[in-house]
Amino acid sequence: MHIPDGYLSPATCGTMYAISLPLWVRAGVVIRKTFTQRTVPTLALLSAFSFLIMMFNVPVPGGTTAHAVGGTLIAILLGPWAALIGESLALVVQAVFFGDGGITAIGANCFNMGFVLPFVGYFVYRVISWRSQLGARRRWIGAAIGAYVGINMAALVAAIEFGIQPYLFHTATGAPLYCPYGLTQTIPAMLFAHSLIAGPVEAVITGGVVAFLGKYHPEVFKLNPYERSEG
Amino acid sequence: MKRYRKVWILLAILIGLTPLGLLAGGTAWGEWGTDEIKGLLGYIPQGLARLAGINHTPVLPDYSLPGLGGNFAGQAIGYYISAVVGAVVIVLLVLGIGRLIVRK
Repeated sequence: MHIPDGYLSPATCGTMYAISLPLWVRAGVVIRKTFTQRTVPTLALLSAFSFLIMMFNVPVPGGTTAHAVGGTLIAILLGPWAALIGESLALVVQAVFFGDGGITAIGANCFNMGFVLPFVGYFVYRVISWRSQLGARRRWIGAAIGAYVGINMAALVAAIEFGIQPYLFHTATGAPLYCPYGLTQTIPAMLFAHSLIAGPVEAVITGGVVAFLGKYHPEVFKLNPYERSEG
Repeated sequence: MKRYRKVWILLAILIGLTPLGLLAGGTAWGEWGTDEIKGLLGYIPQGLARLAGINHTPVLPDYSLPGLGGNFAGQAIGYYISAVVGAVVIVLLVLGIGRLIVRK
């Protein structure tokens, strides 16, 4: 899901940076208000965890690969704004150090994997686990379903960014300038890889970690500032 | 940091396992390099070629250490080094930014 340089037009890249910028600012404000110096190492750890699980490529039928992301897990444990910051930093390091995801596409990739993924995943988790105890079964079930829905929504948004390119940006003769595939190709391709492969992996990891923590360390869920504020 | 010693150990184990991620051959959908695009389409879209050529040389391109060779051992070592470098840089970045914006 790491969009490389060249697949999105400069106008799309600029728009996505412009959308992500206020989200980063908001995340900084929320973290400043709700984090303590004790929460920061947890975010460091979870961001590194997310970076590492993205390295476990899983084969997708048809010769491509996909991977889990871990954003919903960060959102469940520390809140969705912390997930945005942790994922964004991981994505910047991936683009700058490893060429995984384009420099021009950092705005788009952070929006997809840093914003859409954890916020959708977290929302679904909260709905399913509404008013449940910290170690309740609905917690890990909600975590697994949320993670699955979140990564697929992110893949769908990425597919839309890819897919609008040939309609908007082409030469006078109609040859595509950037991503050559339209929505009818990008959406099925991205959703195939993520609903069949990456989504289930993401669900198992997220549900598994939440089940483990719920059983042995339910107190860690209180690190999430939104959990604490509910009392 | 000491509170989570077991979790940091778990992270180290995960780093050791990362070369497993190399076993899946192929590229993620939509992440093809320009030569792969040429193979798929027969040409490289003009704008894509221009933007893909922007002057940016990653230290460890595609999580590999240039010069280690393309065999699995070389790739695995490069991948493993990338995992360590990436994880350390991300931890330091988050701790640094946390120190800057989070009140003491």
